[in-house]
Amino acid sequence: MIADNDITSTLQEQVVAGIAANQPLTIIGGGSKAFYGNETQGTALHVSPHTGVMAYEPSELCITARAGTRLQDIEALLAANGQKLAFEPPCFSATSTIGGVVAAGLSGPARPWAGSVRDHVLGVKLITGYGKVASFGGQVMKNVAGYDISRLITGSMGTLGVILEVSLKVMPRPVTELTLALEMPSEEAFELTTTMRRSTFPLSATCYFDGCLYLRLSGVPSHVFASHRKIGGEAINNADEFWLALRNQTHEFFQQYDRPLWRLSFPPATNVISRLEGNSLVEWGGSQRWVYTNIPVNLIRNIAHKGDGHATVYRGSLPGVNPFHPLADNLRNVQQRLKQALDPHGIFNPGRMYKDW
Amino acid sequence: MNTATTPNPALLQQLKDILPEEAILTAKEDLHPYECDGLTAYRHLPLAVVLPTTTEQVQLILKTCSRLKVPVVARGAGTGLSGGALPHEGGIVLSLARFKQILEIDTANLHARVQPGVRNLAISQAVDHLGLFYAPDPSSQIACSIGGNVAENSGGVHCLKYGLTVHNILEIQLVTIDGELMTIGNDRQDTPGYDLLALLTGSEGMLGVVVEVLVRLTVKPDTVQVLMADFAAVNDAGDAVAAIISKGIIPAGLEMMDNPAIRAAEDFIHAGYPIDANAILLCELDGTEDEVSEQVARVSAILKNHRAGTIHIAKTAAERARLWAGRKAAFPAVGRISPDYYCMDGTIPRKHLAHVLNKINDYSQQYGLGVANVFHAGDGNLHPLILYDANRTGELEKAERFGADILELCVKVGGSITGEHGVGHEKLDSMCVQFGEAELEVFHAVKRAFDPDELLNPGKAVPTLHRCAELGAMHVHHGQLSHPELPRF
Ligand SMILES: Cc1cc2nc3c(=O)[nH]c(=O)nc-3n(C[C@H](O)[C@H](O)[C@H](O)COP(=O)(O)OP(=O)(O)OC[C@H]3O[C@@H](n4cnc5c(N)ncnc54)[C@H](O)[C@@H]3O)c2cc1C
Repeated sequence: MIADNDITSTLQEQVVAGIAANQPLTIIGGGSKAFYGNETQGTALHVSPHTGVMAYEPSELCITARAGTRLQDIEALLAANGQKLAFEPPCFSATSTIGGVVAAGLSGPARPWAGSVRDHVLGVKLITGYGKVASFGGQVMKNVAGYDISRLITGSMGTLGVILEVSLKVMPRPVTELTLALEMPSEEAFELTTTMRRSTFPLSATCYFDGCLYLRLSGVPSHVFASHRKIGGEAINNADEFWLALRNQTHEFFQQYDRPLWRLSFPPATNVISRLEGNSLVEWGGSQRWVYTNIPVNLIRNIAHKGDGHATVYRGSLPGVNPFHPLADNLRNVQQRLKQALDPHGIFNPGRMYKDW
Repeated sequence: MNTATTPNPALLQQLKDILPEEAILTAKEDLHPYECDGLTAYRHLPLAVVLPTTTEQVQLILKTCSRLKVPVVARGAGTGLSGGALPHEGGIVLSLARFKQILEIDTANLHARVQPGVRNLAISQAVDHLGLFYAPDPSSQIACSIGGNVAENSGGVHCLKYGLTVHNILEIQLVTIDGELMTIGNDRQDTPGYDLLALLTGSEGMLGVVVEVLVRLTVKPDTVQVLMADFAAVNDAGDAVAAIISKGIIPAGLEMMDNPAIRAAEDFIHAGYPIDANAILLCELDGTEDEVSEQVARVSAILKNHRAGTIHIAKTAAERARLWAGRKAAFPAVGRISPDYYCMDGTIPRKHLAHVLNKINDYSQQYGLGVANVFHAGDGNLHPLILYDANRTGELEKAERFGADILELCVKVGGSITGEHGVGHEKLDSMCVQFGEAELEVFHAVKRAFDPDELLNPGKAVPTLHRCAELGAMHVHHGQLSHPELPRF
């Protein structure tokens, strides 16, 4: 059972008080992603008691829930109705909240095929930087009335407002899923994923780790089995556990704490980059590359830049380094102006994304 | 020279320094083609129309307008249906019509880099031989521009499965009002900082001018099938839509038409629609051979369960195209049976379909104006076409009130006043129904961050608090004012 608990007025009072006193707030959902991004100094604003499912009708392909509702509770509810959050958000702990999922904007293994968090956000209710409760978007698939604030909020790390409620598009679970494991060198894995991008194979996740390419196929049985015959390879046991471990970073690769963990993001058809081989894991058909490395920050950001990519310090702190990739000047200026316009008193998670705003 | 309003000599002189003479239109007869978009009820002549060909020219034009505080209205193909590209009488129209090149097609990364004036359909045509297509397909796709699609977040019949414009673009090059060129988004799966690409998509030319778009290309499915089912009861068709989706089937397209729309389209296109049916559903399923035949069987069974009459499966590609042609030509078809029509664009949760259609029929009786309904049923996006005659005094106003009532109904059942056509000039008052002060404040803050002097498409898309307050004073619901907290002017 998900408790129905509305603490909007308490939260709003805290925001209004913060505005009056120019006192920054640190917005905390489940706190499971506290390791990600910069630390912020502020009075804690706890959203996790704000729970409840406001609306869920499977035929509408939409769920609306209060921000403090736990991700695992929502996933269980959807699973009981044969549905899922297609972007497979990581659930780093049992306490992870749906508001934190939207605020952090992190997607899991299915992202390139199923879309990202923001692709599934239909609406949000916020406490704004003016201390008011405002609703944007809604529960319908198409909505172009006013600017798309719901998708702007997604991934903004709580710097633009307190999320009270979210409406998310949900999708049917695939009827059949299987995962193939193909041992091959990284260049071959690159070739294969590039070819597959032009095919109609029902690919829904990839992972290259330790000399082995894992391909997940999802869809109707005929299509999945026919594709298996064409691609070849062995279907692995415990495939669900494998992808869940990647998604929640409980996989052995993610259990190293001696060096910083970098997350590099590239266009899909970016070749193997030898400097980044070694202690690495590649997902998203080549778009997301995880690397443990002590390569100096400037060098790794340069490598990313040369490949039209960007590099994030995902975990582990490097003194004086902003975890998020620096922005072009004009882009930084406009984002800073946006932050100032939406949070004129600078109270929401200041510095969480970029230190100076 | 015969100009529309008082010419601004400083402006014209500076524009001449940026553009060749033939790329600046100021004569009245040259300005007329730009006086309105697809919503012809509203018309204004601008001071001038400029037709740049390079990004640098766009930057200089915007810098100049910014300095001289001259309003700028960007314009693609002018097919918009909400008056978004309606000129400002004291400003210029910045046409992107000459940005017509497809700059790059990348088959490894599956994207195409195009200029904003490229027509939507031209992209799919250019990559067809590669087995690829650009998924969003507005019915206006032979004419509308990709820049306009980005500005409106346009949809089409295939958006149920493949997403809207916002889901199918990767990056844009944007020129802001101060002439800065910036790259927003990228060809990766995420971007550092805020998701400005999502914010800009659907922003109706209010935040910047799009001068380049990187679009995602999709691999064409192996097979496509189109089913047409007719229904004696509109409710049954509505329930069938919800049933298909709740069974976990996401068709490539799922469209509905009511009897007046069926008759108009059949008369025009001869698609083979059953003219006595009260509703038809068109359902497109795509995928591999096995997948599609499996889904055709499941969908047929669901349709039968919901009392469909005949279920017709298109046998050839030509027949499939004909079935869609009727739907895609529904607006012009209705244009043939009525001197004028007013196209609405509300969205509702699917479950309220039957209720909303019944209400629309009640309003139709009440106003004494006919209505034909076509809609993207799969995603709950209605397009009621209100029939009227602008030559009869008072009918346009009546049609507008009828339309506003429909939009208010959409909001009441949990939907929106616009699914894909945008707010533009047309739906400013309806915005006051959907949003209150708290939301409008945020919208105005966003505008301020990009365009503090309000020079880009001024007076569109987001109403002032003042306007909503005034409207609230006229618009009393159940004895309650919409914005009792605001002072009355
Ligand atoms: C018969 C018919 C059928 C239609 N069917 C559909 C449909 O199925 N789905 C749908 O979504 N729409 C549909 N439309 C509406 C319309 O075609 C779309 O809104 C389209 O995207 C507008 O493109 P355009 O190039 O004509 O833009 P315009 O009408 O020229 O402009 C629309 C708005 O975009 C802005 N704009 C244009 N170009 C730029 C740019 N480069 N940078 C910044 N702002 C810009 C303008 O200022 C304006 O606010 C239909 C219209 C007609 C007439």
